[in-house]
Amino acid sequence: MQIIQPHYHAIARTAQDYERMAMSGVVAVAEPAFWAGFDRLYPETFIDYFRQISEFEPTRAAQYGIRHFCWVAVNPKEAENPTLTREVLRHFPEFFAKPTVLGVGETGLHKSTKNECESLEAHVELAMKHGQLVLIHTPHLADKAHGTKKVLEVLAGMKVDPERIWIDHVEEQTIRPCLDAGYWVGFTLYPITKCSPKRAVDMLEKYGTGKILVNSSADWGPSDPFTLQECILEFRRRGHSLQEAIDVFHNNPCRFLGQNPKFDIQPIRVETLVETSK
Amino acid sequence: MLSPDQVVEAYYLEARHQLLEIAALLDRHDAAVDREGRGPGPAAATKLAVLRQAITTLGDDQAGKERTVTLLELFARV
Repeated sequence: MQIIQPHYHAIARTAQDYERMAMSGVVAVAEPAFWAGFDRLYPETFIDYFRQISEFEPTRAAQYGIRHFCWVAVNPKEAENPTLTREVLRHFPEFFAKPTVLGVGETGLHKSTKNECESLEAHVELAMKHGQLVLIHTPHLADKAHGTKKVLEVLAGMKVDPERIWIDHVEEQTIRPCLDAGYWVGFTLYPITKCSPKRAVDMLEKYGTGKILVNSSADWGPSDPFTLQECILEFRRRGHSLQEAIDVFHNNPCRFLGQNPKFDIQPIRVETLVETSK
Repeated sequence: MLSPDQVVEAYYLEARHQLLEIAALLDRHDAAVDREGRGPGPAAATKLAVLRQAITTLGDDQAGKERTVTLLELFARV
């Protein structure tokens, strides 16, 4: 089965992950800009990071037949330095012009501070101005419900196209308001701290599969890219068809990411050939 | 050996994850009952009752310190 991994922090992973993902059917990954584990101090550090994910990482993925796309953003955890944020944002348009950059992400909230909200608003405004897609991170654990509500409030005060915005890391307590407001949502599968493969399938069954993207994130922390395949197995094990699985795990990423014409992988349909002997 | 604080801090997220999986299992069961208009058969109903009893035991401060043994004995009934 062909799979698209729509949220994957490739630079934190080994080539062996690419190889194993390719062997399991992954045809494309999309890498949002992420936190480095420490707060970066210089705009140039971000610029080089964006070069790494927009220029170098596609070549590494290509060795395994995987298409690599990316997003640019200042991470919410680094939004407490507004001067740095503004300076980095100034460079976004030059990356929007690159052939594998899909938009702005992951922006969003961490502790939902005033600076974080202003940074989120600046990111979204810039993306909308340049016709870019947006990937929004929502906080984890105890901060999730409040932070997601705040994200929705910030977006509600702006002129945005919900079809072009993906709110990620939703869970059972946050999915409904995001879908009701017309946004795409993402389930992020982690071994412990976020959604699990089984709970993701529960939500797919409860809320339908229309505007949902499933990913395993996979960064430098405790994470596993193959929680995505585990989710596919769970989905199929419950009796959902191969086509339904392809719709969720391949075609939905095509539909959302394909709003940016640079993402040119098309949705696929399974066809059974009836061959008759002559 | 770990201190009480270390035990909680070291295993909180893992326990949170495991409890959420149990909550999701029960939600999944209830959704299936709603969808099919019937509850589980006798064998599955017994297993479900045992799970609920185990959850009650874990929430009981008076259940004693050998919770693992108590649950293993409980699960041995099915």
